[in-house]
Amino acid sequence: MAKFTRRDFIKISGGAALGVAGAGMLSHWAWPQSGVIPDPGTTPDRIVPSYCGLCFWNCGILVHVKDDRIIKLTGNPHHPLSNGKLCPRGTGGTGLVYDPDRLKKPMIRKEERSRQVFREVEWDEALDYTAEKMLAIKKKYGPEAFALLTHGSGGAWLRQLITSYGTANIGVPSYALCKGPVETGFFLTYGANPPEVENTDMRNARCITLIGTHLGENMHNTQVQDFSQAIGNGAALIVVDPRYSVAASKARYWLPIKPGTDTALLLAWMNVIIEEQLYDADYVGKYTTGFDELKKHVADKNPEWAYTRTSIKPELIRETARLMAAFEPSSFIHCGRRTTWYGDDTQRLRAIAMLNALLGAWGRKGGYYLPAQMDLPGYPYLKKSDYKPKPPVDQPKNTAYPFAEAILATGLRDASIPGSAAYDIHGWMVYGTNPLSSFTQPQKTYAALQHLDFIVSVANLPIEIAGWSDVVLPECTYLERYDDLNSPPFRVPFAALRQPAIAPMYDSKPAWWIAKQLSTRLGLEEYFPWQDAEDYLRVRVKNAALDWDSLKKNGVIVGETQPIYIEDGIVPTFDTPSKKIELYSAQLKAAGFDPMPEFKPVEEPPEGMFRLLSGRAPVHSFGMTTNNRLLGDCYAENEVWLNDKVCEELGIKDKQQVVLVNTEGARSHPVKVKKTRRIRPDCVFLVHGFGSRQRKMEFAFNKGASDTVQMNKDTTDPLIGSKALNVNFVKIEQEV
Amino acid sequence: MRPKRYAMTMDTKKCVGCSACVIACKNENQVPLNHYRDWIEQELSGDYPHLFMEIRSQRCNHCSDPPCVGICPTGASWKTKDGIVLVDKKKCIGCKACIAACPYDARYVHPQGYVDKCTFCIHRLKSGLTPACVEICPTASLVFGDINDPNSEISKVLNAREYFVNHVETGCKPNLYFLK
Repeated sequence: MAKFTRRDFIKISGGAALGVAGAGMLSHWAWPQSGVIPDPGTTPDRIVPSYCGLCFWNCGILVHVKDDRIIKLTGNPHHPLSNGKLCPRGTGGTGLVYDPDRLKKPMIRKEERSRQVFREVEWDEALDYTAEKMLAIKKKYGPEAFALLTHGSGGAWLRQLITSYGTANIGVPSYALCKGPVETGFFLTYGANPPEVENTDMRNARCITLIGTHLGENMHNTQVQDFSQAIGNGAALIVVDPRYSVAASKARYWLPIKPGTDTALLLAWMNVIIEEQLYDADYVGKYTTGFDELKKHVADKNPEWAYTRTSIKPELIRETARLMAAFEPSSFIHCGRRTTWYGDDTQRLRAIAMLNALLGAWGRKGGYYLPAQMDLPGYPYLKKSDYKPKPPVDQPKNTAYPFAEAILATGLRDASIPGSAAYDIHGWMVYGTNPLSSFTQPQKTYAALQHLDFIVSVANLPIEIAGWSDVVLPECTYLERYDDLNSPPFRVPFAALRQPAIAPMYDSKPAWWIAKQLSTRLGLEEYFPWQDAEDYLRVRVKNAALDWDSLKKNGVIVGETQPIYIEDGIVPTFDTPSKKIELYSAQLKAAGFDPMPEFKPVEEPPEGMFRLLSGRAPVHSFGMTTNNRLLGDCYAENEVWLNDKVCEELGIKDKQQVVLVNTEGARSHPVKVKKTRRIRPDCVFLVHGFGSRQRKMEFAFNKGASDTVQMNKDTTDPLIGSKALNVNFVKIEQEV
Repeated sequence: MRPKRYAMTMDTKKCVGCSACVIACKNENQVPLNHYRDWIEQELSGDYPHLFMEIRSQRCNHCSDPPCVGICPTGASWKTKDGIVLVDKKKCIGCKACIAACPYDARYVHPQGYVDKCTFCIHRLKSGLTPACVEICPTASLVFGDINDPNSEISKVLNAREYFVNHVETGCKPNLYFLK
């Protein structure tokens, strides 16, 4: 280390004084040019490739390990979903592994369910007890009385367990509460729907239209990479959102639409594009059916008509319609993802799908590519159950949602309240989801929790549902375990491996182990012929004629590039009744629904109240990450966005604590106001996932407010049974 | 050969302010909780609905005439010949003169008592790696390199795009360039 003397000290300080006085003059002054080069000591001794588990996008990651501690996470450059890059959540996965609040031992409830009193037990006791309770339910009510609520990769193992146990009541919350309208709205139109990793060809687009989709705050890695690339290339961006989102700040047009009126805007856009003959006539003629009906349908829905509904000026509607059409077919309306807004959502997504068809975007470069997928046979399970379970019970008595394509998790919740459905559910296994934060109508969730005979949770953290469970099984995190292969439809086919980078911490275990252990206790061992997850994976990899060693070493195997555009010679097929893109849907008409979307006004907020909207912050996957202290360092609690003029009228200051109270009287935790010009005056916005009431999540506890608490209203999409999120109204109560 | 002059460009058009750069830096450099070597700024202007927002990923500007180095009484703050401003934590007495002198508020006192800041991940450069923030950035908004090398990516970016620097008035010749 270089020494310094008092003399140097004077010299240096004197130089600095001069430097400040005559900034810029002293460029020849000699700065100290030697010293110790700092090294934080984070160079790994090994790097394990795997795939991320902080959201469903499943990006390829490199796990940097030093002295058996995970020190950092980066994007796998070989993996086509990450291209060497990662979003903040994936980067901050270390904050989950080393979360001091992690579940460390299996636990069995000691006192009644309203109190969170458990005793720590060994795995054998927890598993024996779980199996005993599951067998008791099977004996008393039949296996269908048991349901699995699951979200995330590890759920595949439990699905195998619960299916072989004999029930079809397996619900993934995302259909009823997020993407059901996209899947079904597009399926009704194209006979295909955007896959998990949406097939928007954003990187090649010349015009992108987003409706409520807040890319940049919604940080799905590949999608945001493509979004930024498109912006860098000068693509035009039209953003429709009541809030000036980050995406809106990049847009050529921001249309701050009145909430609930998107379908009116979509119909008016179609009106302009058809009236001015701006549609892709060749594409429409070749691939669609019902154009004449659509033309008639939108003839009177001109921009002036839409203006009175949406508050978007007619000339802006015309300009944006012309802009998106000018770039067709490399111009598309993003399908969005969390689209369960007002209860008429499948029809709104139909309108989006139809407008995309007018632009000729489906199957086209810069529109929606036609994804490729690796041919990866499932595990060759030989034993199939002879038992034919009763049909799932996710739809209420005397009501049917004829176009639901997946089991409604909220419906399984409802069926757990006695007498609500064809038969009652008496037991839950919950994996990777927290129904107390993710399900609307929290009052029903609490009611269900009072009636269930048995609840078992498999989780990393003591999330709220764990507190309500009879048995809590600590699962190790995604960085400490194997899971099934990931091979989604994408622009290139690939297969990716999740593998442990370190041994499971504490007494936590992987989901595959938990499923296999329970299978032997439930007499279902024949359905689990593999020794362990590695054995299972090796069989799958071998059957797909892939190389296990290469997969382990690189974390991913990328297949041959395939054509993904009509321009490349693909002849598109549409799995609809007419085998065409259905602008007019005869099957909807036959089922008693509108064959083409109609604009239906939504209920207005009562005087003095605001519509509650919610969405994402870039560093969080909702409640899954709010206890992550590293991510919390960038966004620890949500705030309620309130228009600045409204704040002034109400005498509310920026950062002031307020309470939200909805029409049913449900009160939020105190939450700070974000006084901002970035939102319309008729609505407020919260980032979803905050306001945890679970004391054992020490970091997240009491931080911010939960939007779910305010979502009492039960507004249901009549086509598919999904639950509307944006139909609740709140007033702002200033704390005394 | 001309000495290197390391610099960074930050594309305000492409950046979405996601904070991946912040989290990557915190892991790479073991930055303690509640302290930051880099951070996100959003600057809003205009009136509803005619708004404009600029998003910037901020850090030490590694100035060519760094006031923090000049003011340091112990010689702990120093500048490599390649232009990277560093703190020798063993020489630092935590007097905070540099924090007062820095126009960018880029320095903080580490809980262990010394002043800490962005190093452009100098420990990675010798292995041919870029700074952790640059490597992770999903929007490819950050470019790092030697602006004395006309063939470097950063020189090409600066030639092709309009840019600005923060606090040009201080005359400290910052090396963090914001692309418009």
